[in-house]
Amino acid sequence: MLPPNVSANDFNRAIAAWKQAVGNEWVFTSDEDVALYRDAYSPYWDEPEERKASAAVAPNSLEEVQAVVRTANQYKIPLYTISTGRNLAYGGSAPVYSGSVVLDLKRMNRVLEVNERNAYALVEPGVSYFDLFDHITKNKLDVWIDPPDPGWGSVIGNALDGGGGWTASPFRDHFGAHCGMEVVLANGEVVRTGMGALPNSKSWQHNRWGFGPWVDGLFRQGNMGIVTKMGFHLMPRPEAMQTATVQGTREQDILPLLDIMNLLENQHVVNGSTSLFGGLRPPGAQGGGALWTLQLPIYGPERVVRAQMEYAQEKFAKIPDVRFNAGELFRTPLDAATLNRVRKVSFGVPDLSTFAMLGRNPANPAPPGGHIGFSPIIPRTGESILEYLRFYRENLPTVSEGGTLRFQGPVFMTNWDRTMVAMIMFPIGRDKVMNAKMRGAFEKWVHLAADKGWAEYRAPAVFQDLCAATYSYNNHALRRFRETIKDAVDPNGILSPGRYGVWPKRLRKA
Amino acid sequence: MKRIISALLLTCGAITFANAAEPAAPASGEAVYKRWCTHCHSAGRGNPGTESLQVKYGGKLPAVLLDRTDLSAQAVATFVRTGVLSMPPFRKTEVTDAELKAVAAYVAQKYAKP
Amino acid sequence: MATPPNVSSADFNRAIAAWKQTVGADWVFTAPEDVALYRDAYSPYWGEPEERVASGAVAPSTVEQVQAVVRTANQYKIPLYAISTGRNLAYGGSAPVYSGSVVLDLKRMNRVLEVNERNAYALVEPGVNYFDLYEHITKAGLDVWIDPPDPGWGSVIGNALDGGGGWTASPFRDHFGAHCGMEVVLANGEIVRTGMGALPNSKSWQHNRWGFGPWVDGLFRQGNYGVVTKMGFHLMPRPECMQTLTVRAPRDEDLIPLVDTLNLVENQHVVNGSTSLGGGQPGAGGPAGPAGWSVTMPIYGPEKVVRAQAEYVKEKFAKIAGSTFTEGELIRTPLDAAALARVRKTSFGIPDLSTFGLLGRNAANPSPPGGHVDFSPILPRTGEAVLEFMRLYREKLPELSENGALRILGPVFMTNWDRTMVALLMFPIGRDPQMNGRMRNAFRKWVELCAERGWGEYRAPAVFQDDVAKVYSYNNHALRRFRETIKDAVDPNGILSPGRYGVWPKHLRKS
Repeated sequence: MLPPNVSANDFNRAIAAWKQAVGNEWVFTSDEDVALYRDAYSPYWDEPEERKASAAVAPNSLEEVQAVVRTANQYKIPLYTISTGRNLAYGGSAPVYSGSVVLDLKRMNRVLEVNERNAYALVEPGVSYFDLFDHITKNKLDVWIDPPDPGWGSVIGNALDGGGGWTASPFRDHFGAHCGMEVVLANGEVVRTGMGALPNSKSWQHNRWGFGPWVDGLFRQGNMGIVTKMGFHLMPRPEAMQTATVQGTREQDILPLLDIMNLLENQHVVNGSTSLFGGLRPPGAQGGGALWTLQLPIYGPERVVRAQMEYAQEKFAKIPDVRFNAGELFRTPLDAATLNRVRKVSFGVPDLSTFAMLGRNPANPAPPGGHIGFSPIIPRTGESILEYLRFYRENLPTVSEGGTLRFQGPVFMTNWDRTMVAMIMFPIGRDKVMNAKMRGAFEKWVHLAADKGWAEYRAPAVFQDLCAATYSYNNHALRRFRETIKDAVDPNGILSPGRYGVWPKRLRKA
Repeated sequence: MKRIISALLLTCGAITFANAAEPAAPASGEAVYKRWCTHCHSAGRGNPGTESLQVKYGGKLPAVLLDRTDLSAQAVATFVRTGVLSMPPFRKTEVTDAELKAVAAYVAQKYAKP
Repeated sequence: MATPPNVSSADFNRAIAAWKQTVGADWVFTAPEDVALYRDAYSPYWGEPEERVASGAVAPSTVEQVQAVVRTANQYKIPLYAISTGRNLAYGGSAPVYSGSVVLDLKRMNRVLEVNERNAYALVEPGVNYFDLYEHITKAGLDVWIDPPDPGWGSVIGNALDGGGGWTASPFRDHFGAHCGMEVVLANGEIVRTGMGALPNSKSWQHNRWGFGPWVDGLFRQGNYGVVTKMGFHLMPRPECMQTLTVRAPRDEDLIPLVDTLNLVENQHVVNGSTSLGGGQPGAGGPAGPAGWSVTMPIYGPEKVVRAQAEYVKEKFAKIAGSTFTEGELIRTPLDAAALARVRKTSFGIPDLSTFGLLGRNAANPSPPGGHVDFSPILPRTGEAVLEFMRLYREKLPELSENGALRILGPVFMTNWDRTMVALLMFPIGRDPQMNGRMRNAFRKWVELCAERGWGEYRAPAVFQDDVAKVYSYNNHALRRFRETIKDAVDPNGILSPGRYGVWPKHLRKS
């Protein structure tokens, strides 16, 4: 396969140049090698619209990245950057723009620094949460990382895709917790942001703003440059953790329950990743039993956690008939036996246990294998939760084709401060008919949600245009502003065209 | 004091990074297995690969990969490069061909030809 | 009447006529006595040819008027300089960076659009100052705090966009960091809403800050890519009490474990207030006391939590031999009249102007020059860096202060932004050009000396923004060139605040 609008001659010249730059064995053009870059959870698997790479190049150093980019620019070949390429459910290792050459940064996997005194890390894109955790463990540094669900994801890649994790605020918002970047631009130049722009600075991972307009945000869910280093603020190991469980029995309880949860979170009395389970009573069902369950983890020194827990209990006591249970208090570091029975990611330990959820399990012995996530942000109020649940219940029969399509969720996620995401998962497999139905359903949900003022925080590659289109205020002014910037910093439109709906000029419809 | 010293040493080279060679690629199959496979295929809770195989085989075959005797190195290699259900394939930047050969042999060490 | 550079009188007159049509004749200022009100009251070039002065000013009251004003400016290629409340004293005040610009005075856009108590946020216009927002909250009986910086008459939006910080609890002290959602008028007059505001009907604009796709908000921080006309801010629910802890240690080198421990308790958010360092001079431990350092740590929260946090902090600092720990009074909120009369108000979310007492006429300083400019380098957050700064300061002060003739004040160590240490020096500025000239030279020398050591400013007075921007020179000023590329694309005529933070449009850049 050739990249679109690239002649075979040019492609061959580029390939030859890339082989010069990175070495023959790190340029992948054979069918079987390029197949490794397919999105394992593609909702278009084996269909003509499946997004596929034409080739892949795997540099090992900043200089190699620059050379690869310059070659791509010279021959106007679209690249698609991946860090560890494990963004499953959101596009994996495949490009948004079919025919792009994947720029695979996995080999750039050095942990450049972890500083315990100032609690930060500086890493390269190929560093996974497992890698960083191993480094910290080996060096006996008393800091935690904040893992998202799958530990093999890239610390940088996850942050750039807007991901979040499971320990304490403000570390759970991965992009929010970053500090300083190094970026290769479309013209091959290297920029360092924040204090990194000051030669000899030792504050690159201290102060994130630096001096003058802050450009870092352009690289979050963006395609304005290739991030080759990124700093992150880390949390000093919290001495204890305790999770409160709060339960309410009436539908309307969710209003005061969420108000108090917000109050506690906004005061940082509760700093863990809270969760909310529950739903509407089926029509005609009798009352009784917990309808809503909130879980509120708190991290910190033991006596502080206990005091915060007491305070939280006092606050919830104002709601009649609500049950509050303080839960087991864990002291860190956890011993092996304890580690074995807790949810590891809540304790800063990366793993892959999340795959059990949608994988083969006793409740689901023949799962399709993959999934995509529909993740709208709803306002953080009980009214919105109720509205969302009613909306879901009302629309489910139609959208699920009478239950044929077995979605999972909604799961309410609050990994990012003051944010409520109501995630639904769509199983995706190798059955084209079923996948097509799932795609149709996804699209329907996006439109229905947008009508209500709910839209996604993140989207699978094949739906990024669809989701971007809902953010249409003032005739898509934000998108057009981003396009103006895109055209200026990447005039040949070679960096990840189409990522999050931002296309270079030559690929935009008139 | 030691921590301060070690932290100072860590901060000394903060901006200029020696163009260090890539960390030595894991040489042995066991090392590759440890790096890439143990998080899903070990024994015990939280190992989705093991859990999945437990459901699939219902105990007729060992759920823990290293306990299997029926997997050839070729079969292992295929799974690694193709993936199955929730398990995605592994790229050559993650497991090189040489590493693949080593880890396949490692997993297949109990393989008894039928 | 002065005209903007490269603009003919005819064009300027046409623009003025158009602006009068748009905002009303009363709100277009061209008379010398009116335009003089836009001088930087603390200009280090007061009365000299290089003083940055406006050629006129326009004061719109709605977004539509802003759009029209900008379109007119674009049409005639007239440089604008946006100010919110224009009280950025010590950093440039209400005067433009590029002399001859027309000031776009947004003070009349001063509505508090929403303060939501349940979700603890505010949405405001640029002319809203901290006093305004505080009054609104008080009148409405809402149980949330604002986070004031020193002068309460500053703009909530303007202060955040200039990178300012305040005095209550993290994460609210980092004003730009605490924002959530913006509305911006671009150089072409179009309106953009960022984050969830880009989704029509969204009620989450002030909930989630990121929205979907590349985040552009940062471009407007210390930037000139657009005119911000609305901005959201996360607010803190009123904390039930506050207590300040002080640790003192006698030796210079104690500062190292002091700062390490401070960082530990701050990074764990056990201490959430704006901490300060004191000392480093002989006698800092008291009139007869030894040299030494002190760390002051305010904690905000529910009483039982604050008490537990104070115990924990005491434990941690006890490891430093020879140190003493003092617990200040635990003060419950809302403050009663007696407490209000004696506390530092800004630490309790109450805006005021008491900071002007510092450099104004006071018993110790009966004839002050009147103004000052701030020099604010960021140091690494370690005791070693602070000690290094103190050594440099002591070494260079005689020479740079001309043996005390220049009464430079400081250093004051500021930690208003998480994980940041700013070593503030204040240079008194008055109406004496000769003295001001010497102050300017000293300022510029400090910029260089600090840059050599890897310390750069977080913020700079308008007339020094080019000097400071220059030190951020990694890879041949790659960051600045990247910003210029964007500037040329989104503001091709270079009409929005040219030169702000060192970013100049193409036609004004030296080749």
